Amino acid sequence: MVASANTRLRLEAAHLTALFGQHRAVRDVSLLFPAHIVTAIIGPSGCGKSTLLRCLNRMHELTPGASVQGDVLLDNVNIYADDVSPVELRRRIGMVFQRPTPFPTMSIYDNVAAGLRVNGRRRSSDVDDAVARALQQAALWDEVKDRLHTSALALSGGQQQRLCIARAVAPQPEILLLDEPTASLDPAGTQRIEELCHALKRLYTIVIVTHNMQQAARVSDYTAFMYLGSLIEVGKTNELFTKPKVEQTEAYITGRFG
Amino acid sequence: MSGRVLRRHLASRAMTAVVVVLSFTAVLALLLILGNLVLKGASSIDWAFFTKSPVPAGQSGGGVANAIVGTGIIVGLAALIGVPIGVAAGLYLAEYGSGRLGFVVRFIADVLNGTPSIVVGIVAWTFIVRPTHGYSALAGSVALAILMIPMLARTTEEMVRLVPHSLREAALALGYPRWRTSLKIVARTALGGIVTGCLVGVARIAGETAPLLFTALGNLNFSADITQPMQSLSLQIYVYATGPFEEWHRLAWASALVLMGLVLIISITARWVTRQRYGRVR
Repeated sequence: MVASANTRLRLEAAHLTALFGQHRAVRDVSLLFPAHIVTAIIGPSGCGKSTLLRCLNRMHELTPGASVQGDVLLDNVNIYADDVSPVELRRRIGMVFQRPTPFPTMSIYDNVAAGLRVNGRRRSSDVDDAVARALQQAALWDEVKDRLHTSALALSGGQQQRLCIARAVAPQPEILLLDEPTASLDPAGTQRIEELCHALKRLYTIVIVTHNMQQAARVSDYTAFMYLGSLIEVGKTNELFTKPKVEQTEAYITGRFG
Repeated sequence: MSGRVLRRHLASRAMTAVVVVLSFTAVLALLLILGNLVLKGASSIDWAFFTKSPVPAGQSGGGVANAIVGTGIIVGLAALIGVPIGVAAGLYLAEYGSGRLGFVVRFIADVLNGTPSIVVGIVAWTFIVRPTHGYSALAGSVALAILMIPMLARTTEEMVRLVPHSLREAALALGYPRWRTSLKIVARTALGGIVTGCLVGVARIAGETAPLLFTALGNLNFSADITQPMQSLSLQIYVYATGPFEEWHRLAWASALVLMGLVLIISITARWVTRQRYGRVR
C-alpha cells in the first residue's frame, strides 16, 4: 500500500502468521495501516480477517493454543517484543466487537468510564469530562445524557454498540479496531456506525473488519482483501472495487464466490 | 381424530399426570414435615422460648436462647471462614482452572462434597479439639466451613462460567489486567448467583448436627465464648429429642420448627437476591 506523504506511519503487520494450534488462520500477511485512515479488511467467512485484527492488539494470544509468528509494528516498535506489556498495549488500541458487550453490572456512565479508571484516572471532574466527550464522539450523548446512571442494558442494540464505541474511545486510544461492528444491527444502526467511522478517523486510525462489501466501500479509504488466511490484494478502496488487479478479488467483489 | 393421534393424546395426558403426581409427592414430603413441626412445635413457641436458657431437667418453662445464639455464632463464623475460601476457589477454578492444578482442585472439591459430614466432624476433632484439649464453638465452625467450602467452590464456578466470554474479552481489550477482569467484570456480573450459592450453603450447614457432636459439643447454659463448648439448635434437638422428659420433647419440636424457619428464611432470601438481580438485568 502506498501511504501519501503526509500520513504518518502508525501500524504495520510484517510477515504476520497467526496459528490456532497447527492451523494457520493468517498466513504471512504484511499490511500497513496509515494514520487517520480507515482501512477495511474484507473477505469471506473464515478467511482470517478477524484473527488478523485480533493480532493487532494481542487479543489473539488469549485463545488457548493460539500463537503468533512475525511482527506487528506500532510506531516502529514490535508489539510482540518481550518488554511490551499486552495490557498497556491494549490501552492504546481500542476495540469494538461484533456484538455489543456493555458490562451488565455497570451504568451507562460507568461503562464509558471503565477504561479510564483502569488507566488510573479517578478525579471525578476529569472522568465526567472524558465520559461526556466519548459519548459525544460516539453520537450517543443526546440520547443518554439524562440517564447516565441507569443500566446500560436498557439501551437498544444499536445504542449499546455506540456505547461500546464510546467506551473504547474514552481512554483516547491511538487506534480503533472494529470487528464487524454492525453485524448485529439493523440498517439504521448500521448507518449511524458508518457515519461514526467517517467522523472518528480525524481522531483515530481505524481498522474495520467487515463481510459487507458495500460497507467497506462506504466507510474505508483503503481496503484489503483476504482469502484463506492470505492477503490477496490491498489498495485504495475505490480502485480496489472498480479496477481490482487480482482475479480472485474481482471474483469476490462481483459476487462469484464467498 | 385418527387412532394414532388419539393414542398420542392419551400418552401425553398419561405422562403429564405421572409427572404431576410425582412432583406433588416430592413437595408433599416438605409439606408433611412443615405441617408436623407446626402442629407439634408451634404451641411451645412463646417469648420465653426465644429469650430464656434451658431450665434444669424435669422443670417446665425455659427456652433455647442459648441454642439460637449459638447457631448464629457457629454458622456465622463458619461462613466467615468458608465464604472467602470457597468463593475464591470457585473463581480460580472458573477463570484459571483449566490446567492440571485446576483438575486436582476440582476433583478434591467433588470428593469433599461427597464426604459424610460426621467424617468432617472427626477430622475437626482430630486437628482442633484434641490438640487444644477442649471442645469449642470454633472447632464446630471450622468443621462446618470445611463442609461449606467445596459446595461454594463448585456453585461459584458454575455461576462464573455462565458469564459470557465476550464480556471478558471486552474488558481485556480495554486494557484490564486479567485479575481485574476476573474480579471487577466477571465476578461482579456473577455476583447474584454467587450470593445465592453462599446463602444456600449457609442454609445447608445451619442444620448440620453430626460435625458439631465432636466439636461444639453443646452447652446447656448460655455461652458466647467461641473457645468453649456452645449449644446449637441442631444439637439441642438431638439431646432433647432423645431425652426422657415430655418437656424436652416439646422443646425439641419447637426448636426444629425454629431451625426449619431459619433455613427457610435464608433460602427465600437467596431466591429474592437472584430474582432482583436478573429481574433488573432482563
